[in-house]
Amino acid sequence: MPPAPTLQLRGSASFGDDPVFSGIELTAEAGKWTCLLGSSGVGKSTVLRLFAGLGEGVDFAGSYDAGDGSLEGRVALMAQSDLLLPWLTVSQNIGLGAKLRGETVDHTRVADVLNRVGLPDKATSKPSELSGGQRQRVALARTLMEDRPIVLLDEPFSALDAKTRSQMQELAVELLAGRTVLLVTHDPAEASRLGDAILVMQTERIDHVAPPSGAVPRPVDDQAVLMVQAQLLARLREEAA
Amino acid sequence: MKAWQAGIASTILMIALWQAIVTLTGLPRFILPPPGLVAETIWESRELLAEHAVITIAEVLIGLVLGAALGWLSAIGLTASPVARALVRPMLVFSQAIPVFALAPILTLWLGYGLGSKIAMALIIIYFPVTSSFFDALMRTNPDWLGLARVMGAKGWRIMWHIRIPAALPGFASGLRLAAVYAPIGAIIGEWVGASKGLGYLMLLANGRAKTDLMFAALIVLAIFTLILHATVSRLAGRLFERSES
Repeated sequence: MPPAPTLQLRGSASFGDDPVFSGIELTAEAGKWTCLLGSSGVGKSTVLRLFAGLGEGVDFAGSYDAGDGSLEGRVALMAQSDLLLPWLTVSQNIGLGAKLRGETVDHTRVADVLNRVGLPDKATSKPSELSGGQRQRVALARTLMEDRPIVLLDEPFSALDAKTRSQMQELAVELLAGRTVLLVTHDPAEASRLGDAILVMQTERIDHVAPPSGAVPRPVDDQAVLMVQAQLLARLREEAA
Repeated sequence: MKAWQAGIASTILMIALWQAIVTLTGLPRFILPPPGLVAETIWESRELLAEHAVITIAEVLIGLVLGAALGWLSAIGLTASPVARALVRPMLVFSQAIPVFALAPILTLWLGYGLGSKIAMALIIIYFPVTSSFFDALMRTNPDWLGLARVMGAKGWRIMWHIRIPAALPGFASGLRLAAVYAPIGAIIGEWVGASKGLGYLMLLANGRAKTDLMFAALIVLAIFTLILHATVSRLAGRLFERSES
């Protein structure tokens, strides 16, 4: 994998006359997990869409890039919905990117990533036969298959039950190591566990919150992690008030 | 009660009602023939009915295949090209304002008394439902799938081929189901306007000679064929194009 770049965004966005955010400055450090927290509607997802190259319809004034150049072809995306195609098998879903680019699917790698997400026996299953957690694992495998240095995560674990969510968080950190990860989340606990950097976004600024010490993923029951989680929640409540 | 049992019960009820109307009203058999007589006529004229049915069935099937193929291609073309959408969709809507009946004489003039004009009628009558239901489904592709495909670096037709079309196949299937019911209507209208063969022609002929029983016989053969066609197309379309969404 090529070295992971730093992500930067600076500017203001609106949908026509409706402002989304303005004067925002955001940096996601190379090879680290950056968690972007904030209330609904402050434009977290808009930031992600811009980085993903899906920003049509957004009027954006400013600049965003990968620090060392263009973002094109260097980004993978994982969303809250797994976006698995129901008519394809698990393997075919994982190989979808290659198919869409007109490349030959590397079946050895498909088997390998499926192994790494812990679903080696589900290769020929249809998504409808899987549980929510398993489907998100397949989505993670598809993301790994793309092998991009930048990974954008849009609340990918928020629809999972608490236990599955915590397991998925650990798996994602393990498998996405070395990549620049920007995780948009609503969940203070998630940000506190996973953020090498924690950013709280409001419509006119982004604040840095000091993350707990220790490498991610941090233990769920660590005192410092729980403290930061509580702080973040209090902060979100204050803003909303 | 299972579906087939309900079907048989409902058929028996219908025949009983028919017989009751004949008996109670005392209508002469050249106005309303009793079911027994019609059954007898179907059996006695089986060769005649078969000869004409084959023609109608051929018209319907060819029209169905051509209409479905043309609808398939049109829907994909419309989806792929905004210019085509802007130019062609108003034409399609306008074409729906023309009663298909009104076209039959013109088509007969252009294509003659043979199969051609009836196939064209069947094709025209099913083209719109197939095109519009497939097109609507193509345009409703989950935008997040399309976004994901673009992030993956998909180009041009591959999104259409790997995502839009497979996602829209259930829509195509519902278009085909409608088409299976409409296609025989088109063929029969074509035969009424000008033909020398086919069930529609036979009905007109029988009508002219006051052979009402033969008219009913032809009508029943046509209805049975339409039912079988619809059931077959439904099953085929269901098997090929539908899946349990999750």
